[in-house]
Amino acid sequence: MTENGKTVHLIIKRQDGPNSESYVEEFEVNYRPSMNIVSALMEIRKNPVNKKGVETLPVQWESICLEEVCGACSLLVNGEPRQACSTLVDQLEQPIHLAPLNTFEVERDLIVDRKRMFEALMKVKAWVEIDGTQDLGPGPRLNERERQFAYELSKCMTCGLCFEACPNVNDKSTFMGPAPIAQVKLFNTHSTGKMQEPMRLDEIMKEGGITSCGNSGNCVEVCPKEVPLTKTLGYLNRDTTLYSFKRFFYDG
Amino acid sequence: MKQDRTYFWRKVHSLSGLIPIGVFLIIHLSVNFTAILGEEAYNEAAAFMGSLPFNTILAIFVIYIPILFHGIYGIFISREAKNNISSYRYERNWYFYLQRLSGIIALLFIIWHVATTRVPATFGAEVNFDMIANLVKNPIYLVFFIVGTLMTIFHFANGVRTMLITWGITVSEKSQRLGKFIAVTLFILLSAIGIVAIFAFV
Repeated sequence: MTENGKTVHLIIKRQDGPNSESYVEEFEVNYRPSMNIVSALMEIRKNPVNKKGVETLPVQWESICLEEVCGACSLLVNGEPRQACSTLVDQLEQPIHLAPLNTFEVERDLIVDRKRMFEALMKVKAWVEIDGTQDLGPGPRLNERERQFAYELSKCMTCGLCFEACPNVNDKSTFMGPAPIAQVKLFNTHSTGKMQEPMRLDEIMKEGGITSCGNSGNCVEVCPKEVPLTKTLGYLNRDTTLYSFKRFFYDG
Repeated sequence: MKQDRTYFWRKVHSLSGLIPIGVFLIIHLSVNFTAILGEEAYNEAAAFMGSLPFNTILAIFVIYIPILFHGIYGIFISREAKNNISSYRYERNWYFYLQRLSGIIALLFIIWHVATTRVPATFGAEVNFDMIANLVKNPIYLVFFIVGTLMTIFHFANGVRTMLITWGITVSEKSQRLGKFIAVTLFILLSAIGIVAIFAFV
């Protein structure tokens, strides 16, 4: 079912496994109006034949929600870090180049392992501690202004695009990345989460923490959820500066 | 467990760029500027700087050690980056890239600058107007001076802007625009002073 016989030309960087060599394969799939990258990839899955007409393995990718809230379908579209679900074919120049993110280990084709993001979230205690031996009762209320700010930060879906764009996130650097650091501010803003604030600040003041941010600002430019990353890191710069003085002159 | 002192050393690195290095840079450029009043005025200013008490100790602790620390630690910081300006052509990413590039060029320039002025001085050469005038006679050295001065001033001005961010002073967009305004003003002003002074020796 083609529309005026129109097709979509895809050039995809593929890799069969974590330790295999990457290669490029081209595909031509039938066009439909309002297609996104996911639906283009689904066309390949329906009929895994490359542009030369040779049958091949269907291209593997990861996606869950299909509405830009899960962060699983991150990839490079014409060199730009994007979400496959919210990137529309009609808005792209053809041929469309697809490639896995460079910052993470490739598992297969367009699937990458974003483990380091989740490890960083664990490191900074990106949660509210509510476990106790007895019922702790309801927590204090959050004021509306702080709630609105926290909501913006809570939109982060750990997609990894900020890791991809940040010049300081790479294999030579220990930087834990923009997103996990911004989450520190989310949980430090929460009225119960605030109780672990010093522990989270201690963590991001270590090697690979907030001081590894070089203010390139790329993170906030590519964030698909418009999380105010640079501003949040700015707040944490203030918080860690004040905390470092407090820690040395009063608590230490 | 060994305590992680990253935060402390990064803050010392940041501060050292302003105090004492930035302050010294401004004093140095001001002394250079006296050259527009003629050879005598410059020689007087240079002689006055050289006549300050505790000269050697001050030079070591206020100039040499901070610059060496800032430069060497800065190289380690710049090695963390995988510059990606070709894929992400955003304004701030340019500053990020130029900050690292200008830092390395500034360090090389300072090493050359010390080697051609202070090192001969320890072997008895007099640091005066003629010494610089003889250097800038060589067109390649003149280019070194111009590029080195501009890169050093850029590194300082942009460093002030990012320092305001990393110390948590400019957080809002509005205040960061002010930070940029301060940096641009510093760059234009100090560059004008620096370049005019260089051409006073030509």
